[in-house]
Amino acid sequence: MRYRRPALDWLSHGLLLLCVVAFCLPVWMALTASTHTQTALYTGTAPLWFGGEGLSNFIGVLTAPMDRLGASAARLLWNSTVMALGIAVGKIAISILAAYAIVFFRFPLRRTCFWLIFITLMLPIEVRIMPTYKVAADLNLLNSYIGLILPLIASATATFLFRQFYLTVPNELLEAARVDGAGPWRFLRDILLPLSKTNIAALFVIMFLYGWNQYLWPLLITTDDHYLTTVVSLKRISAASDELIPWQEVMATTLLAMLPPVAVIVVLQRFFVKGLVDSEK
Amino acid sequence: MTTFDNHRVTPWILLAPQLLVVAVFFFWPAFQALQQAFYVEDPFGLGRSFVWFDNFTRVLASPEYHRALGVTVAVGVGVAVGAMALALLLAVLADRVIRGARVYRSLLIWPYAVAPAVAGVLWMFLFDPGLGIVSHLLAGVGVRWDHHLHGDQALALVIIASIWKQMSYNFVFFLAGLQAIPRSLLEAAAIDAAGPWRRFWSITFPLLSPTTFFLLVMNSVYAFFETFGTIDATTAGGPGGATRTLVYKVYEDGVIGYDLGSSAAQSVILMLLVGLLTLIQFRYVERRVQY
Amino acid sequence: MPRLSTTVLTLALSGAVLPVQAATEITWWHAMNQDLGRKVDEIAADFNASQDEYVIKPEYRGNYSDTMTAAIAAYRAGKAPDIVQIFEVGTATMMSAKGAIVPVYQLMQEHGTDFDPSVYLPAVTGYYTDTEGNMLSLPFNSSTPVLYVNRDELDAAGVDEIPRTWQEMDTALTKLVDSGATQCGMTATWLSWTQMENFSALHDIPFASEENGFAGLDTRLQFNHTAVVDHLKRLAEWQKDGRFRYGGRFSDALPLFYSGECAMVFASSASLAGIRSNAKDFDFAVAPMPYDAELVDKPHNSIIGGASLWVMNGKSDEVYDGIAKFFQYLSSPEVQADWHQFSGYLPITEAAHELTKQQGYYDEHPESEVAIKQLTASQPTSNSKGLRLGNMSQIRNIIYEEMENVFNGQQSVQQALDRAVERGNELLARFQQANQR
Repeated sequence: MRYRRPALDWLSHGLLLLCVVAFCLPVWMALTASTHTQTALYTGTAPLWFGGEGLSNFIGVLTAPMDRLGASAARLLWNSTVMALGIAVGKIAISILAAYAIVFFRFPLRRTCFWLIFITLMLPIEVRIMPTYKVAADLNLLNSYIGLILPLIASATATFLFRQFYLTVPNELLEAARVDGAGPWRFLRDILLPLSKTNIAALFVIMFLYGWNQYLWPLLITTDDHYLTTVVSLKRISAASDELIPWQEVMATTLLAMLPPVAVIVVLQRFFVKGLVDSEK
Repeated sequence: MTTFDNHRVTPWILLAPQLLVVAVFFFWPAFQALQQAFYVEDPFGLGRSFVWFDNFTRVLASPEYHRALGVTVAVGVGVAVGAMALALLLAVLADRVIRGARVYRSLLIWPYAVAPAVAGVLWMFLFDPGLGIVSHLLAGVGVRWDHHLHGDQALALVIIASIWKQMSYNFVFFLAGLQAIPRSLLEAAAIDAAGPWRRFWSITFPLLSPTTFFLLVMNSVYAFFETFGTIDATTAGGPGGATRTLVYKVYEDGVIGYDLGSSAAQSVILMLLVGLLTLIQFRYVERRVQY
Repeated sequence: MPRLSTTVLTLALSGAVLPVQAATEITWWHAMNQDLGRKVDEIAADFNASQDEYVIKPEYRGNYSDTMTAAIAAYRAGKAPDIVQIFEVGTATMMSAKGAIVPVYQLMQEHGTDFDPSVYLPAVTGYYTDTEGNMLSLPFNSSTPVLYVNRDELDAAGVDEIPRTWQEMDTALTKLVDSGATQCGMTATWLSWTQMENFSALHDIPFASEENGFAGLDTRLQFNHTAVVDHLKRLAEWQKDGRFRYGGRFSDALPLFYSGECAMVFASSASLAGIRSNAKDFDFAVAPMPYDAELVDKPHNSIIGGASLWVMNGKSDEVYDGIAKFFQYLSSPEVQADWHQFSGYLPITEAAHELTKQQGYYDEHPESEVAIKQLTASQPTSNSKGLRLGNMSQIRNIIYEEMENVFNGQQSVQQALDRAVERGNELLARFQQANQR
């Protein structure tokens, strides 16, 4: 290009690479720490290179401590997956319908419904945790996947994004559909949903990550280790009552807990970026 | 806008699932919190007494609450400014080099997928006063890093971990925003012999302002609520309350201190505060997008 | 088989003869992680194997604070566990919850056989008894702070005797730092517990009014006492040149000792196991807490930390029968001696202490007996019996907060303690308001 300066290009690459390295540093340190023994870690500075333990800490985390928690690593990953998928799918499903009603229909109390839903943006679950726990207990939802999932669906983030997207749908589409005699259900199924594909994919990524990364709620409502999730187990391993933090195990678990969501975002990156940016702007 | 006006029941069927979930898991508990805010109760719920606005006046008068407000603002500003400035810089660089922009995006996007608590744990390990590699390097240049003791360092740790996680989100938006700017505009400016510095501030930055504003809101919300996991996993509000945000205080008083009344009162105050912020955001959104 | 017939008889009496009833399940929520957690599982498994009427199901519920929160939330929702392990600072909250718990003495009287409260060590159970001396919860893992020293570094600095008083400590620390043997003379875990609560007990000074809270809910903090202020001033002074280093809250300071950075550390007697396995590069020794020779000639007993087991209300008689049996099993000398030797926690009965002696354990591991000797040094007074303060875990956090602001130079010790007392008293008033009925 005409106004380019090669020196600046090199500087740009340099700075970017520097940042990429800095961004990877915490994960690198976690990776190396997870290959050392606890004693090696606690005598001196955390090592920059791999230790002799190799995979044994990972194997240890995947077998022994999880056994004591009453759940195997496979169980933990399964629970996290069920919860994350449940939240992602549930939230997207109810949000598509609710946003559709709010944008494409005129009915009494529409504004009220709108505000009733959007007000939930204001109070995340952390600040209403005790009463929410009581409700879940009253409904007999402790120790169940439904209990893990439903209360976390009760927020309007996805509805908000769908509403924003629907507002950008050209008027002519709906008019054309009505001329063809399409009712609201057919319009939704044949026109709106196909159009929303990218947004759904983007939201799926966001909500999957949101669900996977939940900590406080699953911690409180699962008393049965059968429903323990990966992130909660991480906190359990790192919360030592009278003992040292076993950094090598914590780091191995951390990496395991990170792997699935990072994989999801890297693989679905294209949808994530497109869906997000298109609907917000 | 064209709408389905003659359908009376359909919208209610569509809305029912969302309304039901929201009613049961949001309004019911929120109502209970509101009620709780007027009572003093023992942890086990064996007895309670009505105290009017006592819980509110206590909270609003307490220096700790004011401090927590200050910390919240500091975290908010620190994270928003830090994560946005860094993201903008990197996005501009990535946009410049064109070739490789996507690769850089892939390399920078993944921290978004890391749970705030996990991000906290990762950075805490780097800054651990005894073991940490960064604190070790800092000691080499004469800085004694100990976030267990120094409030400003603890605050910095929380902010750094949050920036690390939030930066990628901002980066995605800024990069998309930059790539949407017509090349012709910049080329025209280049012909007018405007340098890259001037081109950026007179053309690029103003065109990015909607993105910037949107990100400002998102980053503030993130700093307000999502930093909870990071704080809980690293400093637990300490030392000396230096990293205790308003949300963390609600949690601490309610879940660790079992002072349900005070915690509920704080939830209500928070609700009002965030409600105000949301209103401002909505006014902005409403103005831009027509019904 | 007489054993079988009693079982059948019990079943017949409880009205569930046919079909043969499955063993009664008893859930036990605890906060014991890693090695200790495995030991808890082992204890439960041994008990389960010893009889076939009851099955104890231990469930790890996170750290102490998480466990207590989970138990309270579960109780409010009507899903409480049968037994829950609660840390010592939660004691006041639990005992005030009269309708939510069953006091252990009552449980043992109604459901146990020949329960004799006098076999327990008063210095341990004292923390968990009411003013009439009734045991409210069963001490499970009790510890007391002791001093761990790095022998090699002391030798290098020419310190021959482990300091017994704070005056000797000053000399020793000065030598350690001046000789360059170490950059950090000493550090402390659980600052409030090791340097204030236990300092008060050892010197027979009240930490709070109303017998440290044992005598009533209207208790108020009194630790801004000159003796405590002077002691913390000493630490703050030492902190300037490395004779002391503040290593963070809870047990964050321990690695400083492991790595040899600090020559001494004040820590729980239960940290012994961890120190044994981590302090590989040097010889270490365990010593009793120093005392201030200007205040007393001989220290009183120290106070305990750790946790006890509480029984929740509203369960069936079978469950309570089972818990009583289990507690009896848990208190037996064999189980206690094993637990004590394995973990470094204190035995809760004199018999367990004796058994450990007989087994010759202390001859091989003299460091294991330091804590129990220190704890039983004197009859507990009203100042050394323990603390019974509501919201205690928050009060400790307030103390940490205010002291952190001393160590980073923002305020004086007197200011810090005055503020801590003032803020803590607000919490006590709040607790009184919530529990006084």
